[in-house]
Amino acid sequence: MGSKHTENIDLREKLVSSFLAFQSHVDVDHPVHDIRSEAIRNFEIKGFPNRKEEAWKYTSLGKLQKIDFSIFPKKVNALEYSDVKQYFLHEMDTYKIVFIDGIYSSYLSETTHDGVDICLMSAALTKPIYEPIIELYFNKAAKGEDSLTSLNTAFSKEGAYIYIPKSKAPIKPIEIIHFATGKESSLMLQPRNLIIAEENAELQIIERHQSLTSNDVLTNAVTEIFAAKNSIVDYYKVQNDSSNASLIDNTYISQKQGSAVHVHTFSFGGNITRNNLNFYQDGERIDSTLKGVTILNNKQHVDHHTLVHHQQPNCESHQDYKGIYADKATGVFNGKIIVDEVAQKTNAFQQNNNILISDDATINTKPQLEIFADDVKCSHGCTIGQLDEEALFYLRARGIPRKEAQALLMYAFANNVLESVRIPELKLRINKLIAEKLGVHLGFDL
Amino acid sequence: MAYTEEELKKELETKEYEYGFYTDIESDTLPKGLNEEIVMAISKKKEEPQWMTEWRLEAFRSWKEMEEPEWANIHYKKPDFQDISYYSAPNKKPKYNSLDEVDPELLDTFKRLGISLDEQKKLAGVAVDIVMDSVSVATTFKKTLAEKGIIFCSISEAIQDHPELIRKYIGKVVPRKDNFYAALNSAVFSDGSFCYIPKGVRCPMELSTYFRINQAGTGQFERTLVIADKGSYVSYLEGCTAPSRDENQLHAAVVELIALDDAEIKYSTVQNWFPGDKEGKGGVYNFVTKRGLCEKNAKISWTQVETGSAITWKYPSCILKGDNSIGEFYSIAVTNNYQQADTGTKMIHLGKNTRSTIISKGISAGKSQNSYRGLVQVNKRADNARNFSQCDSLLMGNKCGAHTFPYIEAKNKSAQIEHEATTSKIGEDQIFYCNQRGIDTEKAIALIVNGFSKEVLNKLPMEFAVEAQKLLEISLEGSVG
Repeated sequence: MGSKHTENIDLREKLVSSFLAFQSHVDVDHPVHDIRSEAIRNFEIKGFPNRKEEAWKYTSLGKLQKIDFSIFPKKVNALEYSDVKQYFLHEMDTYKIVFIDGIYSSYLSETTHDGVDICLMSAALTKPIYEPIIELYFNKAAKGEDSLTSLNTAFSKEGAYIYIPKSKAPIKPIEIIHFATGKESSLMLQPRNLIIAEENAELQIIERHQSLTSNDVLTNAVTEIFAAKNSIVDYYKVQNDSSNASLIDNTYISQKQGSAVHVHTFSFGGNITRNNLNFYQDGERIDSTLKGVTILNNKQHVDHHTLVHHQQPNCESHQDYKGIYADKATGVFNGKIIVDEVAQKTNAFQQNNNILISDDATINTKPQLEIFADDVKCSHGCTIGQLDEEALFYLRARGIPRKEAQALLMYAFANNVLESVRIPELKLRINKLIAEKLGVHLGFDL
Repeated sequence: MAYTEEELKKELETKEYEYGFYTDIESDTLPKGLNEEIVMAISKKKEEPQWMTEWRLEAFRSWKEMEEPEWANIHYKKPDFQDISYYSAPNKKPKYNSLDEVDPELLDTFKRLGISLDEQKKLAGVAVDIVMDSVSVATTFKKTLAEKGIIFCSISEAIQDHPELIRKYIGKVVPRKDNFYAALNSAVFSDGSFCYIPKGVRCPMELSTYFRINQAGTGQFERTLVIADKGSYVSYLEGCTAPSRDENQLHAAVVELIALDDAEIKYSTVQNWFPGDKEGKGGVYNFVTKRGLCEKNAKISWTQVETGSAITWKYPSCILKGDNSIGEFYSIAVTNNYQQADTGTKMIHLGKNTRSTIISKGISAGKSQNSYRGLVQVNKRADNARNFSQCDSLLMGNKCGAHTFPYIEAKNKSAQIEHEATTSKIGEDQIFYCNQRGIDTEKAIALIVNGFSKEVLNKLPMEFAVEAQKLLEISLEGSVG
């Protein structure tokens, strides 16, 4: 580590100067390094987004920028499986790609090269055998002007690399888990994932970021997903982190003809969570599904920014986000649908329902449609309301305590989204997390 | 005031004309450009009191510091604010001597809108026997209004005759520094209307009727102030269904509504300014700031039919300050050819039990872009606030665009907010159904569009509803291939 620490150094400057140190750890002759260098230049010009920018109107990163994050972990920390078992979907067998403070943990992981590649980004970025694929896909969906994505690109080195060849499917779901121990200081992590599903391939991924420390953690993740013709990708994001952990999760999905990508986001925890979920439809008869359940309390802040760009005819997109906000929590939903001139016969649906259960909670929502084709069906609906008093009364008249009755109704409210979870064990786990979050024991499995 | 020689010459020229029989239009125009002297000159020409001049100057100073907003979803060549003449006396000289000289296309439109012959003359700028029709009618109206104690006059008159009301209310709802165009308007507004309804009075007529006849070229920077005192009611209509061929490219109007306790204001607008030709050349830039303030139990209802202008930038808003107050917004925005509209509303819920309804219908055809941009904000103390919003877009052809940017911010748990939006096209089956019954495609489309807009058209005062319906038909003519 070459950078010298001074008090209150600007995080942007610190990151830019750390890039020099970072260069000594990677192969600067690799073609990817040109992409990195360009990305750091873009970040240097743009810096962190501020609230004057329309896309960041409701989310401020100001406080996070004042924290003196350590950019590189000082040493490798080990974890015992028994200590972190609860964060795994241990009820079933899965492939696992586990990182501790951004460093791959082979002890906790289970990867494979048997027919499919479920391994590491660091391997894919260095071994010559992967070079053609990296050249074809790396930063192709995420390229753009976004400064935080550029920041991640600049420091891209480690993460999950998943490649499913034509007509293959891994025999079990894949878990990607990032642990932060940050024992010495606040920690900033920048994982970079690349997921490629070739023609007719199918896979399921569960992703989780988990902080095990009381120090601040900031994760700026970028995931690129390429779904080729007729492939199916299910991606589940479980966000139930500790209250000192903030997450900026940028996901870019490029879909080809006939593919189906479903992304479910479950946001129950964390400090500031920002999800940028971008779908680009580049083919006909594509299905994109974006669903989310957000349950927040205390001072939590979750910002869902979704974009579905319909670029070709005869495609569909479905969005359904439910939010329940208590205490001083803040929820933001900004869903954007763009339908290009050529994208006739598009069906785009978007729904965002919210419940406020405290006077200090806030919801800001902006469902946005930009439509340039005429033969389309696009609709969005958005509601903010309360639990139905009559339904509550009905339940309480039948001997169900108020809290449980409320929880039941809230659960019913979120159930639409849960129904489409296709891994039963995960569904059960989410149910438990919801019950835990609502602070109830219903005495039966929901 | 430091005059240049030329300005002095002009000033003298004008002076001379004061004694003349009629004013020549050309000499009563201020030189192009905008600076403190021009602002003072406008104020002087209108013989305004010192405080008004100061008020304008302060607005001008803040305007200088401001930048033109760029966030709207519209693209246009920015006007050169130094290349505009900010004052020109109302056009008193008739443009034509008889209806025969008027563009037949315009007359045809009038006929189809069902506008009476005398009104046609007035609107087209034909010399009318003033003593015989308009003024006599206007005078009768004026008498009725005066009996009720209603003040309805131009804002310049009001500044002279009712300074206490103007001082108290002007800039209260739309502060001078509110936005770029509001600041510009505050500095240079030429004229506009002022209306005051006393306590408990129900205005006996749609102020529109009067307005339509009495409307003289109020210029490009119009300022309207409507005050409804406690328990009063007024329905006000601005604009006209008739196409207006205005040469002024930039229009930046400000409308302020104040509804005191238990009062109700219904404000309807029909805007049909020159939208530019089929290639998108020319056309009016319409940058309007409209806002209403509701005190306790008050109600403000905005209804608008926007079919004209090349660029529309307009967000009639309601500040629901008093408890139990109600805000409503009903809008139809039609864009054709190369028109661009970015319009919507803001409903700011501050008081308890406040309610708001938003119904917005956007129809885009040709190569136009039509955006709905709205904000529903429920503040922390606004218990039991209720909002319902619906924005529907209809697309005709695949060269146009429809966009929705609804912002919803809720900070109170008892808020109930619903928002829904749809975008669709006219179904081929619907047209087929009409065709089968002997209705040609163009008529069928008009029928369907009218059905689509019915919820808003119903909110317009009766006679305008009829005209607006026909207006929709005409605006969309030729948009179906």
